[in-house]
Amino acid sequence: MNPFSSGTRLRDMIRAIRACKTAAEERAVVRKECAAIRAAISENDQDYRHRNLAKLMFIHMLGYPTHFGQMECLKLIASSGFPEKRIGYLGLMLLLDERQEVLMLVTNSLKQDLNHSNQYIIGLALCALGNICSAEMARDLAPEVERLLQFRDPNIRKKAALCSIRIIKKVPDLAENFINPAASLLREKHHGVLITGVQLCTDLCKVSSEALEYFREKCTDGLVKTLRDMANSPYAPEYDVAGITDPFLHIRLLKLMRILGQGDADASDCMNDILAQVATKIESNKNAGNAILYECVGTIMGIEDNGGLRVLAVNILGRFLSNRDNNIRYVALNMLMKAMTVDSQAVQRHRATILECVKDSDASIRKKALDLVYLLVNESNVKPLTKDLIEYLETSDQDFKGVLTDKICSLVEKFSPEKIWYIDQMLKVLSEAGNFVKDEVWHALIVVISNASDLHGYSVRALYRAFQTSTEQESLVRVAVWCIGEYGDMLINNIGMLDIEEPITVTYSDAVDAVEVAIKRHTSDITTKAMALIALLKLSSRFPSCSERIKDIILQNKQSFVLELQQRSIEFNCILQKHQNIRAALVERMPVLDEATFSGRRAGSLPTSVSTSTGTGHSLPNGIAKPAAAPVTDLLDLSSDDAPAPSSSGVDFLQDLLGVDLSPASAPQSTSRPPKGSADVLLDLLSIGASPPAQSNSSASDMLSSIQDNTAPLANLNGLLSLSPLSANATSPASPAPVMDLLDGFGSSPQKKAENGPAYPSLVAYESSSLRMSFNFSKQPGNPQTTLIQATFTNLSPNVYNDFLFQAAVPKFLQLHLDSASSNILPANGSISQSMKVTNSQHGKKSLVMRIRIAYKINDKDVLEEGQVNNFPRDL
Amino acid sequence: MIHFVLLISRQGKVRLTKWYSPYSQKERTKVIRELSGLILTRGPKLCNFVEWRGLRVVYKRYASLYFCMCIDEDDNELEILEIIHHYVEVLDRYFGSVCELDLIYNFHKAYFILDELLLAGELQESGKKTVARLVSAQDSLVETAKEQASSISNIIAQATK
Repeated sequence: MNPFSSGTRLRDMIRAIRACKTAAEERAVVRKECAAIRAAISENDQDYRHRNLAKLMFIHMLGYPTHFGQMECLKLIASSGFPEKRIGYLGLMLLLDERQEVLMLVTNSLKQDLNHSNQYIIGLALCALGNICSAEMARDLAPEVERLLQFRDPNIRKKAALCSIRIIKKVPDLAENFINPAASLLREKHHGVLITGVQLCTDLCKVSSEALEYFREKCTDGLVKTLRDMANSPYAPEYDVAGITDPFLHIRLLKLMRILGQGDADASDCMNDILAQVATKIESNKNAGNAILYECVGTIMGIEDNGGLRVLAVNILGRFLSNRDNNIRYVALNMLMKAMTVDSQAVQRHRATILECVKDSDASIRKKALDLVYLLVNESNVKPLTKDLIEYLETSDQDFKGVLTDKICSLVEKFSPEKIWYIDQMLKVLSEAGNFVKDEVWHALIVVISNASDLHGYSVRALYRAFQTSTEQESLVRVAVWCIGEYGDMLINNIGMLDIEEPITVTYSDAVDAVEVAIKRHTSDITTKAMALIALLKLSSRFPSCSERIKDIILQNKQSFVLELQQRSIEFNCILQKHQNIRAALVERMPVLDEATFSGRRAGSLPTSVSTSTGTGHSLPNGIAKPAAAPVTDLLDLSSDDAPAPSSSGVDFLQDLLGVDLSPASAPQSTSRPPKGSADVLLDLLSIGASPPAQSNSSASDMLSSIQDNTAPLANLNGLLSLSPLSANATSPASPAPVMDLLDGFGSSPQKKAENGPAYPSLVAYESSSLRMSFNFSKQPGNPQTTLIQATFTNLSPNVYNDFLFQAAVPKFLQLHLDSASSNILPANGSISQSMKVTNSQHGKKSLVMRIRIAYKINDKDVLEEGQVNNFPRDL
Repeated sequence: MIHFVLLISRQGKVRLTKWYSPYSQKERTKVIRELSGLILTRGPKLCNFVEWRGLRVVYKRYASLYFCMCIDEDDNELEILEIIHHYVEVLDRYFGSVCELDLIYNFHKAYFILDELLLAGELQESGKKTVARLVSAQDSLVETAKEQASSISNIIAQATK
């Protein structure tokens, strides 16, 4: 051994590490080696630098930190010998990535090596640059790489070509410098250069339309010829794979042709013959051949339409689909998915086979097939396909059920021809895989049931039956409990029987039994139990004969450890005992849930859920907020997400819900906005959960979170109920509200007229020396998100404005519909009006905002006025 | 393009990693852990593709080693299988019926070969002989450098005697 050597050889270190029996031993060996390497680094040991770096790379691969070796890479690269540089560049690529600052230090060495006299050193530098270069390095070194595209040795040219790909991906602006040299690479004979040249052209086309046009113009014929020569070439041992000459080059040529042919009929025409030849001649018994066929089919589908070729392509896919090899079937499904956009009829023909693939034993294939089936479904075939999928749900793997359930639910919702079918299918899914059904899906089901007044009876009976056979599916239990609570009487009396139904006999106590089962199930979570409690409360008024028993069940939850349930049980009990007179009204059937609002919310739920950190996670149609997100729920089963909360008719609306006829027919409306506190009082009044003062503004109950900003109607109610001791609370927004007392003081209060109202003051949205624009606001009842704005433009000058045009732009969470103006001529000192409709998807969270532009002509001279309107009333 | 290449043994040990897209060290560890869980558990008769984070991983098992390459959605999976096989054949020629131990003790050689085959996540050379020639040419450069160095150190050693 060399007397200067320190430490062990690489091979010995690897052997020592492999000999370790435990992870701890391995760590010890690595620690020792690392210490030795660090020592060598600090001594600046030159002889063993490359060996140390090699060791470090191995240690790095095992997952240990090796950042202290980064500078060693740079030193090795900067040294003059080839062996040092070779290891140095390898270390650079392995230990560093493009985001590390250290990398900047290597730019200069790279530049020198790219100009080195030894071509292998140039090769090393190109390789490192191609694998890790950053945008800055790309800019600095692009001229060198460009020059090397014409280097005498083909092996450098091919490396330079791939390096250029990295450069133009990092800095697309540099693309135009590479177009000409890339085109000349296409004329090469050397396979490596040709492959990389074609690849470079492909990537150039992706970043630059100029390049695409250029290659389409100049190179299409050449490429077709190259491919033909390749396809007809005799046996070439160096490039032969399973009897085909260079499948890699075949595939790259086909890929580039796809890009050139896309959207250009002439170029596509030019390729037809060779594509047909490839598609028919290539042997499909080996993977290499299939890879080419697969690419060829993709190209045929991608370029401009040629009927004959498309038929050929779809036939190949059909053959693939019936292949025994899973890989081939997988790519067939993948390609059929792309073909859907081109020729959905042809894909539909393979429906049966695809459906079989959904049941394959291979998860990748199942997933792909399911995605494809999802695309295949349309109005005409939704019924049989859904039937198949639901049948398969029974036998599928547990881990596949989630995806499958998602897709079925989404299909059923999207294409359901009638409500009864929708309800039937959802019921099957719920009974089969209710635990996999997402919250918003069963919420949607409840909304649909609520809207189908003729199916209330049918639904509740079907759910009751399903519930009898399977109590293990959480979301089935929830929906069933909700429906029994709402429509329990229809269950008992067989109201609204359909012809297809068999009558069932359910007694009052059977129905209560069902809810009791739900509440006592061990697996029921708090949401289900809370829903069951509400259902019981509702049943208590619907089934007077069972009311004692119901009271018992409710009381059992008084001892619940969950605050929410305990509180509910105590409060409901209080209602049952002390408030017989209002109970019936309190637990009336819910008003029909508004489908449009619900689906709107759902569609917008992604962005909003991000912004509402304190809000409830999901919208719940029955007013039960998720326990973790919001402990408060509302007694009245009212949730603003689904129930319309109109501001103009807010009074009547809330009154209806309470069923308390305390107010005069129309309450006078005030112009002043009541303080937030009143909303909180009500919140606490209506919802039974405790709302701590800290939460007062965003406090949990969904119902109020959206009404909250329309505080006017709520204040109204405050007045209506005239809870005089509370008016003190009402002035202090954060004061805690005495929850239980409220109910006690409920019945006897005299009433007092409160002056308030939801009318919004009109507003001067824009004013200049020559023009004033004012807005008047109104709301449609039942649609709090939408504001009608009447804009009035007043000409303040003595000139006539011709070609008057008002334009407005709003941010994404708003939707704007602009009607045409009453006239496009604004007379001197006169006015015109224009109405518009703004829908605020973030209603209650964000205020309206609008950017406006007004253009008109005075004496044929264009005038443009622009501005932004920020002073909208807050709760629009 | 190929985003990364992984060689994982059947026991989940990493034998080679090559990253063509930027992944931080932390992400790299996570990716390796995720993918070995995903791939090593798949049965022998299943297809060689796994969908993963919107990308696709093509893998193939040779003896005790899994060769994995991660590609874009619209790349040709079947071709990647050929590229993997291409790499294995070149390794086989270089080492003479390659086995896992060769790749452990000569991991840097495996990297050098891969660097002649792939660059910037794209295939660089389809000819096996060309690759072999280039690698051995560079190996011999290293050998000559070593001989020179040792002869110099001998001269120095003798001179200082």
